[in-house]
Amino acid sequence: MIICQDPGLETTVQDTGRLGYYSIGFPPSGALDSFAYHVGNALVGNEPGAAGLEAVYLGPTLEFTEDTVIAVTGADIPAFVDGAEIPLWESVAVSSGSVLSFGQLRGGARPYIAVAGGIDVPLYYGSRSTYTLVGIGGFEGRALRAGDELAIGSDARDPRAGRRVDASDVPVHPSTAEVHLLVGLHSYRLTEDSLARFTDTEWKVTPDANRVGYRFRGAELEFVPREQPFGAGSDPANVTDCGYPVGSVQVPGGVEPIVLLQDAVTGGGYATLGTVVSVDRDRLAQTKTGDRTRFVPVDLDGALEVRKDRLGALDRIRSALA
Amino acid sequence: MGSHTITSRTPGVFYHRPSPDADPYVTEGASVAEGDTVGLVEVMKTFHEVKADAAGTVSKFLVENEDEVTIGQDLVELET
Repeated sequence: MIICQDPGLETTVQDTGRLGYYSIGFPPSGALDSFAYHVGNALVGNEPGAAGLEAVYLGPTLEFTEDTVIAVTGADIPAFVDGAEIPLWESVAVSSGSVLSFGQLRGGARPYIAVAGGIDVPLYYGSRSTYTLVGIGGFEGRALRAGDELAIGSDARDPRAGRRVDASDVPVHPSTAEVHLLVGLHSYRLTEDSLARFTDTEWKVTPDANRVGYRFRGAELEFVPREQPFGAGSDPANVTDCGYPVGSVQVPGGVEPIVLLQDAVTGGGYATLGTVVSVDRDRLAQTKTGDRTRFVPVDLDGALEVRKDRLGALDRIRSALA
Repeated sequence: MGSHTITSRTPGVFYHRPSPDADPYVTEGASVAEGDTVGLVEVMKTFHEVKADAAGTVSKFLVENEDEVTIGQDLVELET
């Protein structure tokens, strides 16, 4: 069992997400930094898809009441077991009674904690991911609180300490993150100048940046004047309602663009000017309030290439750790 | 007499008071004990209390109310 002594800022149980219900308005939830989450499971010898913990900015303090193997991945943050610093991106044995704690974040935003066997919470619509907005999944549908007791699963494939990710495969967290943007569906709604300004601007992450979405500040964008179609309302940032891709970018009022993430609303009436390539949501998840982000435009072939490369790297790392 | 600086553990927006109409948690010249709340940082629509990690007298606020702060940024200086 794991006893939560201190929950940090917002620590939730997450897995690959609750897929298949988007059409009825259910966002997937799941680990925002999918790479860090998957590598964590590979390090501790779990099957892909075992549930782990996602924290943000402040790590939790966790006591283990049984011997197990853990790995901390994702953000660059000092992690300690019983006060002694442990390596990140490496599986580490912990004993019954050991306490995992964290220091001050050095880079990135979200540390992930993988535990051999996974976090054993009930499956809800096929996933253990927490969707806090409506209070379902994960541990009682909410972020952890002090005193919570989490059961550890027993189906680890091959738990072993000492597995390590090659240093060259550990993501770095630059001060300006670059994420690839597939331009569309409604990019035609922005003036040519504004679309260029969007991809030229270094956007600053505002304090409104969480699992639902990231809001940015840095420039004002203008829409092409038009007579709004039926159902779109009078705001030029609006179109007739449509589905929102996860990772899509909208600009209410032409200021403060928002990238929708895994806990976001699934559809609505804001013009989607582009969508962040899925694997680059990992990078976005490791940016924090005050950091800078640039959106690098790609076409569909370019987006598929970025995804193929990143998933190929994950497969290679998993094979090396098996 | 030494001095000690309380830093921010999260990025966000710093507030001197628990709500817009309330008194500030502490003012310059006030004495604080370790663990006392000296401010709030709002991030991701949640509020995280800033606690004094040493005892002392508040000598200076190093950020204004509603300033955006980063992790590790100096917030409050104490005389210890």
